[in-house]
Amino acid sequence: MIIGTAKETYRADEALLTTRPQQVWMAVLLAGLAVLPFTFNAYWTYLACLVLINVIAATGLNVLTGFTGLVSLGHAAFMAIGAYTVAWLERDIGTPLLLNLLAGGLLAAGIGVIVGLPSLRVKGLYLAIATIAASFILHFVFVEWTAVTGGSAGISLQPGTVFGVALVDYTQLYWLIMPICVLMVTGAANLFRNRIGRAFIAIRDRDISAEVLGIPILRYKLMSFALASFYAGVAGGLWAYFFRVVTPESFPLLTSIFLLAAVIVGGMGTILGGVIGALFMTLVPELLRFGVELLGPVIPNAGLILSPVRTIVFGALIVGFLVFEPQGLTEIVQRIRRFFRLWPFRT
Amino acid sequence: MPEARGATLEVDNVTLAFGGLKVLRGVSFAAQAGSVTALIGPNGAGKTSMFNCISGFYRPSAGTVRLDGQDISRVKASSRAALGMARSFQNIALFRGMTVLDNIKLGRHAHLRTNLLQGLLHLGPAAREEEALRAEIERKIIDFLEIDHIRNKPVAMLSYGLQKRVELARALAMQPRILLLDEPVAGMNREETEDMARFILDVKDEWGVTILMVEHDMGLVMDISDHVAVLNFGAKIAEGRPEEVQNDPHVAEAYLGSGDPAALMRRLHAEESAA
Amino acid sequence: MSDDLLFFTEVTLAGLGSGALLALTALSFVLIYKATRVINLAVGETLMLGGYLFLAFAAGMGLPVWAALPLAIAGGGVLGAIVERGLIRPMLGKSPISVFMVTVGLGSVLVGLVEMLWGTDPRTLPGFIANTPVFIGEAYVSRKIVVAFIAAALVIGVFLALFRFWRGGVALRATASDQAAAYSCGINVPGVFSIAWIIGCATAAGTGVLLGAIGGISPSMGIFGLSALVVVIVGGLDSILGALIGGLGLGLIQAWTGSYLGGEYQSVVTFGLLIVTLVIRPYGLFGTHEIERL
Repeated sequence: MIIGTAKETYRADEALLTTRPQQVWMAVLLAGLAVLPFTFNAYWTYLACLVLINVIAATGLNVLTGFTGLVSLGHAAFMAIGAYTVAWLERDIGTPLLLNLLAGGLLAAGIGVIVGLPSLRVKGLYLAIATIAASFILHFVFVEWTAVTGGSAGISLQPGTVFGVALVDYTQLYWLIMPICVLMVTGAANLFRNRIGRAFIAIRDRDISAEVLGIPILRYKLMSFALASFYAGVAGGLWAYFFRVVTPESFPLLTSIFLLAAVIVGGMGTILGGVIGALFMTLVPELLRFGVELLGPVIPNAGLILSPVRTIVFGALIVGFLVFEPQGLTEIVQRIRRFFRLWPFRT
Repeated sequence: MPEARGATLEVDNVTLAFGGLKVLRGVSFAAQAGSVTALIGPNGAGKTSMFNCISGFYRPSAGTVRLDGQDISRVKASSRAALGMARSFQNIALFRGMTVLDNIKLGRHAHLRTNLLQGLLHLGPAAREEEALRAEIERKIIDFLEIDHIRNKPVAMLSYGLQKRVELARALAMQPRILLLDEPVAGMNREETEDMARFILDVKDEWGVTILMVEHDMGLVMDISDHVAVLNFGAKIAEGRPEEVQNDPHVAEAYLGSGDPAALMRRLHAEESAA
Repeated sequence: MSDDLLFFTEVTLAGLGSGALLALTALSFVLIYKATRVINLAVGETLMLGGYLFLAFAAGMGLPVWAALPLAIAGGGVLGAIVERGLIRPMLGKSPISVFMVTVGLGSVLVGLVEMLWGTDPRTLPGFIANTPVFIGEAYVSRKIVVAFIAAALVIGVFLALFRFWRGGVALRATASDQAAAYSCGINVPGVFSIAWIIGCATAAGTGVLLGAIGGISPSMGIFGLSALVVVIVGGLDSILGALIGGLGLGLIQAWTGSYLGGEYQSVVTFGLLIVTLVIRPYGLFGTHEIERL
């Protein structure tokens, strides 16, 4: 039984982290993020960057799908918009990096509002299918609008520079990506402490009575689309600086499925869910690679089966979590937490 | 405590048709500021359709709904909260996964100003607004409705009667000038019904809010209403003070198919003692 | 006949051929949706699996075509039975989106399995349809497309007859219109679920063989399922008529855009059509409009 949660003031009760263990764990996490590039080699720093980019995109999708109840299978297309915007600005205009990222996010948000418009008429599965359709149409634009997008060959970028530092190696990129990721996840968490986030949840749970409470449903649905797309756009922009080439095939339908899978596996409708879902889904393929390398001496052609094994495990994780653990990894974390209750602060 | 005075609601000659089916035919009545008005009638009389017209889910085919003299017939449902209109639903429409506190906070949505950007930062104005909201809800609503012991519980875990009370709390958080209650005591036991009656009267007296309710429990209607309007087959058949309506032969006929007021009285008493 | 007109006729005939295959795949969607209210996005991957099973039986084991084809179809049916019992039934009552995502995950598993067993390179199926073209008037049509069209038409005809006259078809229609009522009439609803999935997946597998015979097979051919999904959304998820008309219509539209505008326009036209339908008529041209109540 937790007893120590009675608060002196409402301010303390409304804080983001209300219990002592939460605060300590968060401090540990932030410290870990700060020392990560000093303790790990370039490969792990590379992976950490990839995880953080996916965390941003998945958190955005979680706001849309997990909290507002609008399923999107076109999220990768908004990453693509952010990536192309950044690449185009770098190549043709030469604006500063942070401004490019912001522009990528905002343009994605604008297109997100347009893609969200069918949510006026359709919901559920139909909306998900509409977002698939929208992402195919955007793909067509990326291939055909050669003057801006470079067609099938795409756009290659020079290393970005921020405050006079060229971002060449993974550690430098990490110091760009990590703070942005922390900021954006904190922003998403904040949202659910005030009227905006509450309205999203209200629309998800029961949209008719949300209307009686004075929540304009369409406006909030579009706001959720815009916000989710903004997150995807920024993630895509970072992706462009990270891989330094953007092509129409950089963000396939599979990436959209990947992001939705991350939210499902992590746990829909909790900020933590989007974060650990993206972490888990990004790292599993790497773990499989280690597994297959270990099996190398035993199985001939072990290298050849890696890709199919990843595809199978990816699908099996989606199916397995939906059938057996629909609340996702967050629920498993909660169970562990209940088990250790207040550890190591038990007195 | 009350900042806002109750509003007067006038329903003028409202007709509602779905295709050829006329659900409401030229209904007029008024709920005076700061009073309790009950809308009664047999099942299928059009009471809930009337409520849906007033709260903006249905647009009347003809006639007007006026709030303090202003025609609101064309105002969107979601914009009526800001005008001071709150309603509860016949089948409780709370957000079951959220806590009681979050449900109540949602009621204030239309009156809060935090925008998306401020919401993401949750600094300064947004944080202050939330804190002020929390303090006010605690002081005015949670204490008033005696629900402080459940404030952090998910709504789904609560008993039916408590859920109805939370729904009232959420409606009060909307700072209403008029409160529409759709069967506030349906399915409640006697004790819960008496609690709810007390709360409704307190809301009227202490907050000055106008109350319009649809209710089948005739005991409650006769006890707390100042004014009663009776619908049958989509038309208003009687209106007046409770005791006037009680003795109206048309009303008895609507309920029992005979014009005998005494029969209605017998039935009402039977219902009351059964409850 | 002028050359332009001749070209148009040939394109149209080819479009009808691929339209028939789209209609058949759409039928698989509709069958499963009608009975279980599940949109099975793994239909495309089931189709691919059918092609590979045929390859395994005909080329790998050297069986004659008349044995390999039914075996491939039966393989699809077995898959349908396993999926329905193992994954779909435990998801009864869950949100449609969750079930939909289960089928997406299933599709990924099937792709991985096929890649593991047969590799990622495209393959050609052993030829069982002659290469000599067919001439309809002056217009040239590939014999494979003609055979596919006739086979698809036959299967669709059989389905229509079964729906109307066979007891199981009636049970399916009853289940589709009201599950609880079907239960109370003594219809074995879980049985209907199983049958729908078995027949639906078997149909998809058979379509995969026809499709593979025309254009070869590869692990990514499941994308064909997305076109069929467009067909059922446009035609109406619960409408067999919609699947037929939608399938032929989309086949024609794709053939015309491919020939006159260029192949790159096919997907944008297909998905543009989808979005327009969703905005104007979300339940499809022939689908049932479900009214939402307050």
